[in-house]
Formats: sequence, C-alpha cells, structure tokens
Amino acid sequence: MSDTRTHNTEDYLRMYKQMVRIRAFEDNANQLYLSAKMPGLTHMYSGQEAVAVGICEALTDEDRITSTHRGHGHCVAKGAEFKAMFCELLGKAEGYCRGKGGSMHIADQSHGNLGANAIVGGSMGIATGAALSAKHLGQDFVTVCFFGDGATAQGLWYEVMNMAALWKLPVIYACENNGYSEYTKTEEIAAGSLTARAEAFGIEAFEVDGQDVLAVNDLTTQLVERCRKGEGPFFIELKTYRYHGHHVGDINRDYYRSKDEEAEWKTVRDPITNFGKWLEDEKILSADELVAINNEIKAEAEAAVEYALNAPYPDTSEVDMHVFAGVDHALDYLGGARG
Amino acid sequence: MTREITFSKAVNEAIAEEMRRDPTVFLIGEDVAEAGTPFKVLSGLVEEFGTDRVIDTPISEPGFMGMAVGAAMTESRPIVDLMFGDFIYLVMDQLCNQAAKTHYMSGGKLKVPLVLRTNMGATRRSAAQHSQSLQAIVAHIPGLKVAMPSSAYEAKGLLKTAIRDDNPVVIFEDKLMYQDKALVPEEEYLIPFGQANVKREGRDITLVATSSMVQVAEEAADALAKDGISAEIIDPRTIVPLDEETILNSVRKTSRAIVIDEGHQSYGVTAEIAARISEKAFYHLDAPVIRMGAMDVPVPFSPALEDLTVPTASGVADNARKICRGELLHAA
Ligand SMILES: Cc1ncc(C[n+]2csc(CCOP(=O)(O)OP(=O)(O)O)c2C)c(N)n1
Ligand SMILES: [Mg+2]
Repeated sequence: MSDTRTHNTEDYLRMYKQMVRIRAFEDNANQLYLSAKMPGLTHMYSGQEAVAVGICEALTDEDRITSTHRGHGHCVAKGAEFKAMFCELLGKAEGYCRGKGGSMHIADQSHGNLGANAIVGGSMGIATGAALSAKHLGQDFVTVCFFGDGATAQGLWYEVMNMAALWKLPVIYACENNGYSEYTKTEEIAAGSLTARAEAFGIEAFEVDGQDVLAVNDLTTQLVERCRKGEGPFFIELKTYRYHGHHVGDINRDYYRSKDEEAEWKTVRDPITNFGKWLEDEKILSADELVAINNEIKAEAEAAVEYALNAPYPDTSEVDMHVFAGVDHALDYLGGARG
Repeated sequence: MTREITFSKAVNEAIAEEMRRDPTVFLIGEDVAEAGTPFKVLSGLVEEFGTDRVIDTPISEPGFMGMAVGAAMTESRPIVDLMFGDFIYLVMDQLCNQAAKTHYMSGGKLKVPLVLRTNMGATRRSAAQHSQSLQAIVAHIPGLKVAMPSSAYEAKGLLKTAIRDDNPVVIFEDKLMYQDKALVPEEEYLIPFGQANVKREGRDITLVATSSMVQVAEEAADALAKDGISAEIIDPRTIVPLDEETILNSVRKTSRAIVIDEGHQSYGVTAEIAARISEKAFYHLDAPVIRMGAMDVPVPFSPALEDLTVPTASGVADNARKICRGELLHAA
C-alpha cells in the first residue's frame, strides 16, 4: 500500500466503505443469479473495486464517467444507491433506468454516469465527446472513460484518442486490465504495450497497481487537476483481476485460468483486505471497526435486495415510453401500432 | 417576403440561424470549416462562428459520430456532417446502438439531441459507394427520427426543427438538388415533423414521394394530366414520424397509390408506406399499392446502366396509367 497520508480520515473511510459496498452489491447480485431471481446474466466487478473507487473518489458529481458491461462497480463508486440499483438489476420500475437497462446499462445518471455500455469499446466516443462538450461549453468537468483490456482492440479508441490529443480534451482513458477478455488472455489479443499505443498519439500514459486504491486515487487526482488546466488527455492502465468468471454463468474456468492464479489474487492482492490492513496499521480504524462497517454494509445490501424483490415491475404501458424525448408513447407517435 | 434560394443556401441559413440563436450548437465533420464540405454547403460558417464551433475532423466517422453522441448527452447540440450517406455504414454502432437507444435504456434520463446531416441520391455517376439512399436502414431503428427534404423550403424548415429536437435526427439531402432553387421566406419558419405536405391535389391516384422523387412525381402528374388522370402528390417530409393520416386520407379519396422513394425497393421506405396503406385503407383501394424504389442492385457507374436503376417520371406515369385503367402490373 502506498502510504501517502495526504487525505483526511473521512476520505479513507469513504474509500473503504465504497469498496466494501461494491463487493456487497456483487455478492448479492451473484446470489440473485444463483437463486434464479435475477433475469439474464451479469458481469461481476469483484476484485476490481480499487479501480472504480480510486478513480471516482478523485471526481466531483459534475465530472462524468462512461461505464461498461462490468459496470456495477463504477455505478456504486460514482454515487449510486443500492435500492435503485437492485431494482434495475431485477427490472423493476424504481430502477435507475426504470428497468429498461438492466445490469449491462445500469447507471445513476444524476451523478454524472453517462451510462454503461454493452458494446465493448462503445463508449469511447461518448466519453471523448463529453470532454469536447466541456471544452465547447466552457465547463471544467473531466470525463473518465472506463474500459477493459479487450476494448483496446477496438478501432474507435484510436480514432478518438487522436482527436482528444489534437484538441487537448479533458478525458482520461482508464483501461482496467484484468488479464482477460471473456475467456482469452490479454497477451493473446494485445500486441506490444498498451501505454505505448497512447504515447504514440502524444498522450501521457501511466501504469498503476489497480489493487491499490490509494495509488489509483493519487494518480487520478493529479490527472484530473491537470485535465482541468487543459493538459489532458491521459491514459491509465490499471492492472487488476476479476474474481468471478466473465459472467456469473462462467463457472468452470480451468481451461483458461488456474485456480492457483485466482487464489493468489484473492488472498495476497485483495484490494479491500489490503486497504483494511493499512487502515489498521495506520491506526485510522481498528479491526472491530472494520468488521462493524462490513456488517453494516452487508445488512444494508440485504435490505435493499428485499426491497427490490418486493418492488413492482414497470406498468406494461411503459414499454413504448422513453423511445423519444418529448414523446409519451412512441407507438402513438410513429403510427405503426399493431392491430 | 420570399426569395429564391438554392437548397444548399437554405441548409446553410438554417445552421447559421440556429448557431446564432443557441451557443450550444456546433458543427463537426470532415472538411466542414474552410472547405465548407465538398458540396460547399457550409461555406462561410467558419468565418462567422470560428473553428471552435465549426470543427474539422480527421477521417474518423465512427470517432466523431460517437463524440457527437457524448457531446449531445452533456448539453451540447452537435450537427454532424457525414460527407456521403454511404458512410452511414461506418457509424452504425454509434448511431443505432448508442444515439438511438440511450434515452430508452436510461429510462428517459439521458437525452441525445444531435443532428446527422448526410446525403443520398444516384445518377451522379459516382458508382456504388457514393450513390446510395440509405434512409430505410436508419428509419428501421426505433429512437431515430428521419427527415427527407424535397426542396430548399423543406431543407431549411426541417433542419431548424431537427436542431431544436431533443432526439437524434438524421436528415438525408439529395446531393443532386443542392443547386435547385425554391421560394423560401425571409422570415423565420420551422416545419414540424410528422406533417406531410399535399404538394398537389388530385382525384384519381395518390403519388407518395420522398425527397427528389417529389420532382419525379410532379413530372409524372403533369404527363398524367394530359391523359385526363388527376394525381395527388403527398410529400411526407419526415418518414419517422410518418404522417399516416394525410396519406391515408388521400388514398381513401383516390383509391389508388404509388409510393416512390430512391432507396432500394426491397424492405424499403416504399414497402413500409405501401404496407400501411394496404393495412389501413384496404377497403378503399381499387388497385394494388405499387412500390417504386431503386432497383435492387448496387448502383452501377455507367450512365447507360445507372439511369435504369432509379424511378423515373415516365415509369411512374406508365404505372399510374395502368392501374387507373384497371390493368394488372403483375400477372397473377
Ligand atoms: C463489440 C462487442 N464485441 C463483443 C462483445 C462480447 N463481449 C462482451 S464482454 C467481452 C470481453 C470484454 O473484455 P474486456 O474489455 O477486457 O472487459 P472485461 O470483461 O474483462 O471487463 C466480449 C468479447 C461485445 N459485447 N461487444
Ligand atoms: Mg478484461
């Protein structure tokens, strides 16, 4: 753990809690899947918590992010509440997207989350465009574009990095390199170095330990400040690991990664355990206090799950709502109603 | 007061007026600034609004299309210039998976007010990758509005409405019409979406025609008038939303319809409109509804071939005469 002690106790406490909240959300989401209470599949963020929290704790509510199919962590870290998140996961009316997005599009838009994207790399243009908008409107918000190592193979990234660099846009490309895209190791899909790709556009690039929330937060804080001064864009490669399969249904993983490898990350490099230890060592929190926080969050998550399970589904009349802004029901508007 | 201006000038005026009115509007695309696009439609705008609002991009269509989506989601109102309609295929993900679905997938929380201006139209001897009319492909996607101006008047009024709309709007301009002139008011006006224009009234047959096919329909109607056939011409102006009522009312009166659009005929705009007429005005019809789209072949280069692929006035008039006489176009 990098010991900077540049923050006050509250900041450390919030970072810890936010990471635990993500883990608690995912543990419950996994249970919902395993008990067949959740429609569809979901991609777990567990193991990568220090990335989302380290970055989002360096941002304000005005700053924007774009998220991915593995987006629950970004959503929590950017300020979302459990109830509306679980409601979204279960397709309920009180979900952040009124049940129209689900796991892969979950986002609390009011906290600057521009949405989770189920097209790998699909949000790279959106994030860069938000940064263009900031410049165009004379606002000083910064946009962070989260994406996986697999997304670096999408051509869109090179197009928008080129423009972001030409126009000095306040965008930070944050690549969460968790070692895999689906069932394929990163070495097999990525030639050369990822940082060198950004550097080729004249973009300053950094590598950071994605399991170290303080290291991630310190670097991001500096880069956000520099973005606000017009020194962006930047690229960060965050080395991290996903604990679960590619999605909750990916149970037998032996053919692409070993149990030993998984165990090593979970026991030696867990971002929450390690940060907890550091908080203890620094006498910021006691072991008992850590346990109390964990339990409190666990209870909060379970209560939110109960709430969401009992919450109503959207009324069927909502099916053709929100197709167009300013139009109540798309089928009336389009004239193509059936029957 | 009205004056005659070109289609190109009408587009330029619409953008300039909206950019003056609303500082959040900006233009983005390839060679839009000093060059004013290869068609010179945007000439002069960079001089007035500067390079911060008239943004030349690298040749990265998915990139700047995606950026427009992100800018639109964060309170800007981008107008994207896509140099040729054929390049729609390059921006499909950003247009159809991102722009079109963001408002819905966010449960109505995020808006994407952007305009994608592009073009269509064959017979410019530009071959298969610079001649397509791809409006049907876009119109198929829920969440996108689609406008097809048929003259300078429509070009200006529809574009201003598009820029003020809170949704992604795609405008297809026929690139052969940029120099065509029409009477355009000097005063500000907007044309609401979903209101068809009854371009000409008639009794015997309805010609529903989009974009430059309105001219084709008018020429056909002139020829038909000489034969004593009175054709009504309906220009939908926007195909999404579609003013079904005006079309159906016309067909209920005339009992016959031909739908003309320059996109490929199969699975096209003509098919959709013809189907709606057949479903909703069936008992008023005296003849099958006829589709006239572009031939289902890639657009060929040779003039001897290319001209065969698009609907023509004589073709429309021939079909109209046949169905007015009760002849079958397709033998059973
Ligand atoms: C354009 C596109 N291609 C393929 C997929 C299927 N897919 C979903 S996630 C994924 C792997 C993504 O890997 P990475 O970017 O490293 O993210 P991670 O899942 O590791 O978080 C793939 C191939 C997709 N959703 N979108
Ligand atoms: Mg990955």
